[in-house]
Amino acid sequence: MTTEMNPRKEWEAAFAASKVRDEPFTTMSGIALDPVYGPDDAEQPGVYPYTRGPYASMYRSKLWTMRMFAGFGTAQDTNWRFKEIIRAGGDGLSTAFDMPTLLGLDSDHEMSDGEVGRCGVAIDTLADMEDLYDGIDLSEITTSMTINSPAAVIFAMFIAQAERAGVPRAKLGGTLQNDILKEYQAQKEFVFPPRHSMRLVRDTIAFATNEMPRWHSISISGYHIREAGATAAEELAFTLANGFAYIELALQAGLPIDAFAPRLSFFFNAHIDFFEEIAKYRAARRIWARWTKERYGATSERSMQLRFHTQTAGVSLTAQQPEVNIVRTAIEALAGVLGGTQSLHTNSMDEALALPTEKAARIALRTQQVLAYETNVTNVADPLGGSWFVESLTDEMERQAEAIFATIDTLGAGSMLEGVIQGIEDNWFQGRIADSAYIQEKMLNAGDRTVVGVTRFLEGNDEASIDVLQITNEDEARQHKRLESVKLSRDDSAVQKALDHLRTVAADPELNVMPAIIDAVSVYATLGEVMNTLGSVFGKHVEVPTI
Amino acid sequence: MAQRILVAKVGLDGHDRGVKVVARMLRDAGFEVIYTGLFQTPDTVAAAAIDEDVDAIGLSMLSGAHMTLAPRVVQKLRDRGADIPVIVGGIIPVPDVPKLREAGVAGVITPGSTAEEVIAMVRAVIDQHIAQGRV
Repeated sequence: MTTEMNPRKEWEAAFAASKVRDEPFTTMSGIALDPVYGPDDAEQPGVYPYTRGPYASMYRSKLWTMRMFAGFGTAQDTNWRFKEIIRAGGDGLSTAFDMPTLLGLDSDHEMSDGEVGRCGVAIDTLADMEDLYDGIDLSEITTSMTINSPAAVIFAMFIAQAERAGVPRAKLGGTLQNDILKEYQAQKEFVFPPRHSMRLVRDTIAFATNEMPRWHSISISGYHIREAGATAAEELAFTLANGFAYIELALQAGLPIDAFAPRLSFFFNAHIDFFEEIAKYRAARRIWARWTKERYGATSERSMQLRFHTQTAGVSLTAQQPEVNIVRTAIEALAGVLGGTQSLHTNSMDEALALPTEKAARIALRTQQVLAYETNVTNVADPLGGSWFVESLTDEMERQAEAIFATIDTLGAGSMLEGVIQGIEDNWFQGRIADSAYIQEKMLNAGDRTVVGVTRFLEGNDEASIDVLQITNEDEARQHKRLESVKLSRDDSAVQKALDHLRTVAADPELNVMPAIIDAVSVYATLGEVMNTLGSVFGKHVEVPTI
Repeated sequence: MAQRILVAKVGLDGHDRGVKVVARMLRDAGFEVIYTGLFQTPDTVAAAAIDEDVDAIGLSMLSGAHMTLAPRVVQKLRDRGADIPVIVGGIIPVPDVPKLREAGVAGVITPGSTAEEVIAMVRAVIDQHIAQGRV
C-alpha cells in the first residue's frame, strides 16, 4: 500500500491540499522552518497511523481552539461570563453545569439544596437554555457541553433553543460530552444503570449522525479518569477502551462506522509530567487509527484520525502559593500543544480554592495566547517526533495500553463493549483508579515526590492568600423563582401529554428517544420531569461503596 | 479497641478520590473506617453514624455545598440526641472555616492538608471529645 510504503509522499500530497495561515513560519531570528522534520520513511502527520498528528499541516492551518470552561449561578450570570470570554478572545464556549443539573434534578428538588449554581450553571427548563445562549450566534461559535447522565435532555434543550433563535440544527457545531462510561468509572455523576444509559448514548449518536453533520455527539473523556487517580497509561487505555465500546454500540445499532466515527472526539488530561503526557497523546492517535481500521473496518481517514480536547490537570494545582499554579498550567498546556491538541482549556490558579475569579480565568486564557502567538511552537508539526526518548515512551504507552485492552477484551469474551460494562459492574476500573490514587498519595507523604509549596520550598505559604470568588445563596433563590414562573406560564396538559409519549418511546428499546425529548422540553417540561419519566422505565444505578 | 470513623459523601458531589484516599490513610493509621458511598443525605449520615456507633464523622465536600449540608448533619445528629464530632474536608474556602465551627463542626480540613495533618486532626477531635466527657 502506498500509504505505508511512502509516508513522505502521502504527507506532501496532504500538505499541498491544506490551507495554510498567512504567517512567515520562521524562528524569531528569521530561520525558515519546514512544516515537519524527519526522514522520508518515518511516520508523518496527517498520514496513517497519525501518531504525529491528525492533519498534515497541523497548527500552520489552524491553531487550537481556546475553549475555556465556564458556568456558575443562573443562566443569565453565565451568559454574561460567556460574552466576557468572547470579548477576551476565546473562540469556543464550554459550559459547566451545576451538580443538580449533572444529576438531572430540578433546582427545587430537596437534594439540590445548597448545590444550585455552585460549581456550574443551573438549568431547569428550556427558558434557562434560552437565557444561557442569548445574544450569542451559535452558527458562528462552537459550544461544548459537559453533561453526561442527562446529556440527551440538555442536548434536546440546546437544539430547541437554537432553532428558536433561528439556527437550524444542521448548522450547529459543538460537542456533547455524553460519555457515560467514565461516570461509573471515575466522575460518578450517574443516574440510570449502565445498559439503559448506553441506550441514551446510542440514541444521541444516531440522532446527531443523521441530523447534525457538524456536531460531535460524544467526547470520550480520560480527563476525569486521570483526575480520579489513574496513571497516564490507565487514562489512555480506559479512555480508548470506552471509545471502542461506543463504536461497538453504534455498530450494533446498525450505523456504518464511517458514518459516525468521524464525529467521535476525545478529551485528555495534561498532567505535570511533560514528556509522558506528550507520549500519551501520540500513542492515543496511533492506537485509535489501528483499532478503527483493523478491528472495526473503518476506511475513511476521518474515522481513524483521533482529535482531542485537552484540559490542564486540576489535581496538580496547589492551595499553597496559588500563583505558582500559573507556571504548572503553562507547562501542562505546552505539553498539550506539543502533543497536537485541537482545543485547550487552561485552569485558573485559584481552582484548588474555589471557582475561578474573572482575573484568574483571564490569566489562564492569556497563558494560551502566549503559547499560540509568542513562542513559535506552532510552526512545526510534532516537533518532538523522532526524539529517541519520546518515540520510546510513545511505544511504551502503547504497549501498556494494549495489555489493558487484552484484559478488557477477555472480560467481555471478545467484546470491548461487554468488557467495559463488566469491568464497571465488577468495580474493576474503580478499584484500579483508587489504588493508583492511593499509591500517588503515599509517595507524596513519604517524600518520594516533590510538590513545590507542599512538600518542599514552603517559604511564602504563610502569606495572605489571593482573593477567591464567593457565591451566595441568592442565586439559588433566583433560580427557584425562575423555575416557578416557568411552571406557572406553561401548558401543563401539553407537558403531561409529551411526558406520557416519552415514557412509551423509552419503553421500546427499538425507538430513538431524541424526538420525544425535544417535544417535551419544547413545551417546557423540566429537566427533572424528563429524567423522572425516563427513570420510571430505566430504574436507578447504585454503586456498591468500596474503599 | 480501634477508634471508629464514618467517612461520608453528602449531597450530589461525586468526587470520591479524596474520600477514598483519606479512608485508606485512616485505616492504615489504625482506625476502623466505614464508608457510606455517594449521594447521602444529612439524615442518612446521622443514622448510619449512630447505628455504627462511631467516634467521629468525616464529610468530604468538593462541590461548594458545605455551608448548607455540613450544619445539617450536625443538626440531624442533635435531633437524634447523638453527640458525635463532625469533621469537614475538601474545597473549603478559608473564610468559611469559622462559620462552620460556629455551626457545630468540630474540625475543618482545608485544601493542601497533608496526610499527617488529616490524621492528627481526627485524633485531636476525638481526644478532645473524650476529654470533655462527651462520650
